[in-house]
Amino acid sequence: MPKRTDIHKILIIGAGPIIISQGCEFDYSGTQACKALKEEGYEVVLINSNPATIMTDPDMADRTYIEPITPETIARIIERERPCAVLPTLGGQTGLNTAIQVAELGVLEKYGVEMIGATIPSIRKAEDRDLFRHAMEKIGLRIPRSGIATDMEQCRSVAAEIGFPIIIRPSFTLGGTGGGVAYNAEDLEVIAKAGLDASMISQIMLEESVLGWKEYELEVMRDHNDNVVIICSIENVDPMGVHTGDSITVAPAQTLTDKEYQQMRNAAIAIIREIGVDTGGSNVQFAVHPETGEMIVVEMNPRVSRSSALASKATGYPIAKIAAKLAVGYTLDEIPNDITGETMASFEPTIDYCVVKIPRWTFEKFPETRDYLTTAMKSVGETMSIGRTFKEALQKGLRSLEIGRHGLGADGKDPLTPPSFSEIEQHLATPNSSRIFYLREAMLHGISLPSIYELTRIDPWFLDQIRQIVDMETRIRDAGKNVSTSLLRQAKSTGFSDIQIAAIVGATEQDIRNRRSETDTLPVYKLVDTCAAEFKAATPYYYSTYETENEARVSNRKKVMILGGGPNRIGQGIEFDYCCVHASFALREEGIESIMVNSNPETVSTDYDTSDKLYFEPLTREDVLNIVETEKPLGVIVQFGGQTPLNLSTPLHRAGVSILGTQPESIDRAEDRKLFQAMLHKLGLVQPENGTATSVAEAVAVAEAIGYPVMVRPSYVLGGRAMKIVYDPEELENFTLLAIAASPNHPVLIDKFLEDAIEVDVDAISDGKVTIIGGIMEHIEEAGIHSGDSACVLPPYSLKPEILDEIAWATKSMAAELHVVGLMNVQYAVKSDQLYVLEVNPRASRTIPFVSKATGIPLAKLATKIMLGKTLKELGLTSERIPHHISVKEAVMPFNRFPDVDTLLGPEMKSTGEVMGIDEDMGSAYAKAQLGAGQNLPLEGTVFISVKDRDKPGALAIARQLCDIGFSLMTTRGTGAFLEKNGIPSRMVNKVSVGRPHVVDAIMNREIQLIINTGFGNETKRDGYHLRRAAIKYNIPYTTTLAGAIALGKAISAMKQKTLSVKPLQEYHG
Amino acid sequence: MKKAILALEDGRTFACQSFTGPGEASGEAVFNTSMTGYQEVLTDPSYRGQVVAMTYPLIGNYGVNPQDVESDRVQVAAFVVKEYQPVPSNFRSKASLGDYLIQNHVMGIDGLDTRALTLHLRNAGAMRVFISTEDTDPLSCVRKARAISSMTGQDLATVVSTPTPYRWVQETPVPLEGDFRRLSLAVWKQRGQRRSVVAFDYGIKYNILRLLEASGCEVVVVPASTSAADVRRMEPDGIFLSNGPGDPAPVAYAVQTIRELLGYRPIFGICLGIQLLGLAMGGVTYKLKFGHRGANQPVKNLKTGRIEITSQNHGFAVDIATLNPDDVEITHINLNDQTLEGFRHRTLPVFAVQYHPEASPGPHDARYLFDEFNRLMAGH
Repeated sequence: MPKRTDIHKILIIGAGPIIISQGCEFDYSGTQACKALKEEGYEVVLINSNPATIMTDPDMADRTYIEPITPETIARIIERERPCAVLPTLGGQTGLNTAIQVAELGVLEKYGVEMIGATIPSIRKAEDRDLFRHAMEKIGLRIPRSGIATDMEQCRSVAAEIGFPIIIRPSFTLGGTGGGVAYNAEDLEVIAKAGLDASMISQIMLEESVLGWKEYELEVMRDHNDNVVIICSIENVDPMGVHTGDSITVAPAQTLTDKEYQQMRNAAIAIIREIGVDTGGSNVQFAVHPETGEMIVVEMNPRVSRSSALASKATGYPIAKIAAKLAVGYTLDEIPNDITGETMASFEPTIDYCVVKIPRWTFEKFPETRDYLTTAMKSVGETMSIGRTFKEALQKGLRSLEIGRHGLGADGKDPLTPPSFSEIEQHLATPNSSRIFYLREAMLHGISLPSIYELTRIDPWFLDQIRQIVDMETRIRDAGKNVSTSLLRQAKSTGFSDIQIAAIVGATEQDIRNRRSETDTLPVYKLVDTCAAEFKAATPYYYSTYETENEARVSNRKKVMILGGGPNRIGQGIEFDYCCVHASFALREEGIESIMVNSNPETVSTDYDTSDKLYFEPLTREDVLNIVETEKPLGVIVQFGGQTPLNLSTPLHRAGVSILGTQPESIDRAEDRKLFQAMLHKLGLVQPENGTATSVAEAVAVAEAIGYPVMVRPSYVLGGRAMKIVYDPEELENFTLLAIAASPNHPVLIDKFLEDAIEVDVDAISDGKVTIIGGIMEHIEEAGIHSGDSACVLPPYSLKPEILDEIAWATKSMAAELHVVGLMNVQYAVKSDQLYVLEVNPRASRTIPFVSKATGIPLAKLATKIMLGKTLKELGLTSERIPHHISVKEAVMPFNRFPDVDTLLGPEMKSTGEVMGIDEDMGSAYAKAQLGAGQNLPLEGTVFISVKDRDKPGALAIARQLCDIGFSLMTTRGTGAFLEKNGIPSRMVNKVSVGRPHVVDAIMNREIQLIINTGFGNETKRDGYHLRRAAIKYNIPYTTTLAGAIALGKAISAMKQKTLSVKPLQEYHG
Repeated sequence: MKKAILALEDGRTFACQSFTGPGEASGEAVFNTSMTGYQEVLTDPSYRGQVVAMTYPLIGNYGVNPQDVESDRVQVAAFVVKEYQPVPSNFRSKASLGDYLIQNHVMGIDGLDTRALTLHLRNAGAMRVFISTEDTDPLSCVRKARAISSMTGQDLATVVSTPTPYRWVQETPVPLEGDFRRLSLAVWKQRGQRRSVVAFDYGIKYNILRLLEASGCEVVVVPASTSAADVRRMEPDGIFLSNGPGDPAPVAYAVQTIRELLGYRPIFGICLGIQLLGLAMGGVTYKLKFGHRGANQPVKNLKTGRIEITSQNHGFAVDIATLNPDDVEITHINLNDQTLEGFRHRTLPVFAVQYHPEASPGPHDARYLFDEFNRLMAGH
């Protein structure tokens, strides 16, 4: 049946900010959906609060609402836009949940809006544990047995029914706290008791343990004619017990016979039919007992997911695009398969390579959290790699991770003394982020494969693959420098990088590279074609491998290569992918062939039709040079993908690769302390007093000279990794050691920390002669909090015009001095009307998408064209565009995933994502940003205020304002006394350290609706910690800065005065 | 691992190695795109005379077991994979793939660019191949490949067919008692309780028999050369025409037998079965360039509009244009290349499909055809 003509306007709900478990894969799926529906002539209305997405680019949808994804906001948009249908299955769990809430408000019914893709009953059936269980029983499938208990008596009886071991999951706790596995009745008493205590509603779920079972996923698609196809099977290397998002996974499934695979396929088809997903994609997870083959259904997602993004990239089959087309009435046999161009989407992809996905964790950002993996997801990104063998794919994946490793060990980065037996045993038995490396250590240590299996329950097939890698390492080691050409080739097809081989035989990376080119041991490029070569592939989507036949179709066109950002991590996320995608679009507009290189399956940049060519490859010197040698591009763009490609710019440049835009020398000049200082001096600009140190002793001397507090950080890292404000020598010594480890061979930087300064972020664009300010953003939180973690406002709301002029002048002068061609970001601090330059980065910054959305100027696109030789004048950008509306960017934190971590903000970036609020006034824009970030701002109730002494005068005004708009106050002793002295009454409550009942009790009793708590220094740290954790647990909005409190005050006032309005981007920039 | 050469008749050669020890093998080179089910492929009689290359690169992962067989032996002439996996893992695995092939005296080779081989066969078509660990001269190997007799014109069905009739009881073949040359009503043990089906063995897959049995039939499998008169003496409720290897055209005796049986009892054919039926009804068959071999072939059921993802294994096909539309209704077509996938006779109780509804390996989407066969028999 062709597409529906009874609907013409469709609302798509996005996924909002990037959080752990909901990453940029939903920008990928949403962008595909927008494109697919527009292509079919539908008018697309989009809501997404995340400005860093491609889907919120003004030309992706017809009407783009960057507004908080709340049911109320969507109701207002529906009222305004009157769409015919809403498509909720492409915006992750957020999209699905919010759509249900909207339906519950009766809005869909009121305005006659049809829900397409999935219906409310089918969503409920998949999401509600009980309904799901019944549905599965109906079709003869089984899910783990479970029961609910609210007291110990019930626990015992449920356990008696299910048997041991048994999993205990407290209801309503964050990050899986308070749960565990009970192996016997004695364990049960302890763990269930703790679980009941941890639960906010004193309830636990007891579930049959399937720990150690093999875990699988199938991606399923269905059309309204009830045709069902399986797009991809995925097998987890880590068995049940580790969240699938935290598991190393492989596609296709490796250890299932056809009989078992078909049984799983039949089950998946029966499930999508029974749940009633009429059209679109779903994901079904299974557990299989390794000894009996018994199969259990773990869960089903009636929407596109992280796994469907992975499956799309792994097979070339665009699940989200097809899902969107199915939702408007097409059937699978009516939709062409773009990859082959000659066949239709009604088939099951078959692949002739092996795909490995490896999660990227950032435990180093949260030192208080133990590095272990459970059923609650903790990774923030992932890489995918493709090889003709599992070994090759695994090692490519490991070097794509950008954790400083170049494969499965043997890369010169292994610990100098091998780990002890007990250390190995411990790292194998408890899943953790480095377990894969310990598998190698275990084998080198001589631990048998069966013993490793007992400890890890990782399938023997995978263990044997690792063994083969370790064996190859040994063979290379035995051969030494005289490694034969045939062994070298075998090593390469086992996935060994040049760096690994060099480290093993005692040579340099370049030695091995030379050796390879002399012996013609070069990679070839194979196509991802959905069909294992049965049909000719129309789209050039490549991966490298060491085989004989090269399929790269090198054209004679002018071409430019864009290096992407690799796996998402805190500090380098979707914002950089946004820039890379824009670079690709700009190249297309200029008629130049675009070649994208990236290893991140979640992104739009790795969609097969974003660029003219896609190389799904690790972003390392070796892999990038290989592609350069094949494609011979005009030049390479390194300034858009974040620190990853930037770090490659000098090595590539040295290897003779032409870098487009700002040259590596300028990048170095901005990064190099001394060169940078000389430049500032020359321009008469000021930076905070500072010094460098390569040892602890030097660091202490520098700090003494400039006076505490000081900010300490290593050079060449992004996201404030290992950066800290230090108040005394002892702290300094400890931290300097960490900083040296974070960036070895580079000095540690020590700056005077400017307390209470206003921080300013500037993005600018330069063609080498003229520089135009893209946007000036004033941070809400004071300097010292990482710019990625602070909220900021565009245009600035409190800076004097003279300061703004000075900022513009300073920015332009530095751009000229650094010969910037392309984008540049500068961070300033303003204190007592003095402007300080904190940092200059001659590259795209995290704020480029935000500034572009706020001003309507596509900075990354323009910068690309400039790199190709255009001038700003030619591009029509002649002056800064200062919008009349206010745009606020707010960071979104992952603290609910890390139960032990303090939520206090500092110079080390911790946020995973961002939202944007746009409105006519500051209060409303800030309110939207807060709502978008998930803060439930109260309109009435009690505000708890506890601030450090220095903030007390400032807190007075806020307290007064809150009282005026009807809030009552609760305070700790010091703050309360101060307020009382100034005539503001408040109810006093104990700090946690004073004794019960204390403030956390008040939070638990729902007596507090908003928390304002500032405090540095050690005496208040523990108190503040308990308070802040309680706020997270009970989802109470809180701020840890005075500036944040002032802004919250404005936001609440704005919300009390009027209903927040909605307005599409197209009208702001119309 | 012993070094080997794989030589194609058109002169292209691949250096590789044998994981089953020294040896030589030859046949028609074809590729299969199924990611699972290598043991079923190995034992499928339709692959007789063929050197099968799997496009999925890692093969051997789950070993072999006694259940997943489609006949009583390994049928392929040789097995070609990118990387053989010597250490299997699966709860049902009883042996490694390598040992299984060695036991069955079939050569297994790996270590070559199987994607390059596949692309070559896709572009140049299926062709003769010679593999050797003994002859290290590529030119000589190519010459030997050219000396092999071509698939076209060979009657392989006779070669793989059972020499003697057997009954299929509880998933196992049981020889007929007494004088098997005297086929009669006496062969049926469950007459009245189960539908009696005579299955012509042109290279039948066990899973067809398993599914016929499971759908309520009592099955007697007869040699390809069994005459129409013999069948009539057995008075079956239905006749099944099996899959099988190679070219249907030379199997003239079978075409003749089928022609004699048209209209006698309901007939259901699969794969080679549809091709023989096509010939019997006056159609013409032809060789596909590189065939359909895999588990992801989309077939549209023209009556329901529904799509079935099917398992396929054939190098020849019936030319739709040569079938008389007055007699034959096209019921299924291939969505990739619009070739014939199924037909039924407009007046006689005869239907057949080109693909494999019994799957094994492959999706179970088309199992309903076994029920249709039963319904057809019930109606006659």
